Amino acid sequence: MNLTLRVWRQPRRGSEGAFKTYEVKDVSPDASFFEMLDQLNERLNDQGEEPVAFDSDCREGICGTCGVMINGSPHGPQSGTATCQLHMRKFNDGDTITVEPWRALAFPVLKDLIVDRSPFDEIIQAGGYISANIGAAQDANATLVPKPAAESSMDAAACIGCAACVAACPNSAANLFTAAKIAHLGLLPQGQPERYLRTVAMVETMESYFGSCTNFGECETACPKSISIDVIAWMNRDYVAAQWKNLRKQGQQA
Amino acid sequence: MTTKTRRLEVNRRSGWQSWLGPFFTSDVGMKWMMALTGIGLLGYVLVHMIGNLKIFIGPEDLDHYAESLRTLLYPIFPKEGVLWLFRIGLTAMAVIHIWSATVLTLRNWKARGKIRYDARRQYAAANYASRTMRWGGVLIALFVIFHLLDLTIGSANPDYVAGDVYNNVVYSFERWPVALFYVVTMVFLALHIYHGAWSLFQSLGLANPRYDSWRRWLAVALALAILIGNSAIPIAVQLGFLTVSG
Ligand code: FES
Repeated sequence: MNLTLRVWRQPRRGSEGAFKTYEVKDVSPDASFFEMLDQLNERLNDQGEEPVAFDSDCREGICGTCGVMINGSPHGPQSGTATCQLHMRKFNDGDTITVEPWRALAFPVLKDLIVDRSPFDEIIQAGGYISANIGAAQDANATLVPKPAAESSMDAAACIGCAACVAACPNSAANLFTAAKIAHLGLLPQGQPERYLRTVAMVETMESYFGSCTNFGECETACPKSISIDVIAWMNRDYVAAQWKNLRKQGQQA
Repeated sequence: MTTKTRRLEVNRRSGWQSWLGPFFTSDVGMKWMMALTGIGLLGYVLVHMIGNLKIFIGPEDLDHYAESLRTLLYPIFPKEGVLWLFRIGLTAMAVIHIWSATVLTLRNWKARGKIRYDARRQYAAANYASRTMRWGGVLIALFVIFHLLDLTIGSANPDYVAGDVYNNVVYSFERWPVALFYVVTMVFLALHIYHGAWSLFQSLGLANPRYDSWRRWLAVALALAILIGNSAIPIAVQLGFLTVSG
């Protein structure tokens, strides 16, 4: 297939960017989206031009490194799929494809299609951990986990942190990401000691960078792991519970 | 820590916001307030509509009902005492609802940044109702102001006679632009309720996959009831079913 690509090119953070149009010929329908971009980059290399910079690592949809806006859809037209898992057979010969980086104030473009997603790291630093005692590992069955809790927690833990939720959200909210992390840890017995402090800390870190939820539901449809916005409801409830508990019981963190 | 300097602080809690405490100034907390006040306002809209549908029973019934609002729980409370409690409560709810919406909208606009996507966004879940919450809400607020001037205070209604509720309504809706404004607003109010009555469960953390379909139907039913019930009155006046009495 032959395609026309409109790609956002920006040399560095803070510099002016613009769309550039490229023709890509003889693309195999079995190629992945990134293999198609690799093909373009090889040609650009040969011509002595700067290749298009984009993030990718595992290329099997599990690491969350990749993600671009394709024709106005985060990760492209196929639902439940990260960009690296998207195949060119989803497009037609002669298509024009617009490729853009994620857009949000908190995600400045570093180069071309690569954005700085470190606010996500800060949300994780604020509470995305559990305490574990050092010493010999305890018996694997010592802490019993109810089956439904384990299942719900696993559903939330599917989040790979790609930030498609923020990219999809008309409010640039990171609620789906943050709520997935909060639900992932907060539903398990191992996550209980820090539960309420975690919820407050992660929500407040999130809110210092991102917009807020108006329940559009766009994040859920953009999520390559199809994480449900039910986790956001869970976070909303836990945040209120956390404010109560911290005020009444601990009194240390209002 | 170098990371601190990068903070964007979309959601600042400085100055006047800090004494309200973290909950009431957090996005999540303000959505709670919006959901709770939304329930209150929705309840009011429903009761208001049910009361006003007495217009179809007859002028005396409506006028009598309107008068009874003034003497609610009288003589335990002074005349219009309970009415004023309701008015103060409703105003407070509307203020909190609109204030939260405004603060959150400004934060969200800021969080989006200046550069927008070039390709037209392919919305998969956002619908017309959820995308008109803000400007539809502004329209509803403007309508409420006009509605109060028209039928409570009377200054926007040249034929207004205090206490003559039935005729005031008929005179008002005989002006076609007023009837049209009313019906258009009801369409946006129905859209607002369609998204709001569904969405509030999410904001309050009451969403549960088991009740999700039920939530949708509740929102549809409430939106349709408000749309049909309220619009029936100006339409009936315009079609000549309700005419000036006495
Ligand atoms: S590159 Fe790892 S998820 Fe796409």
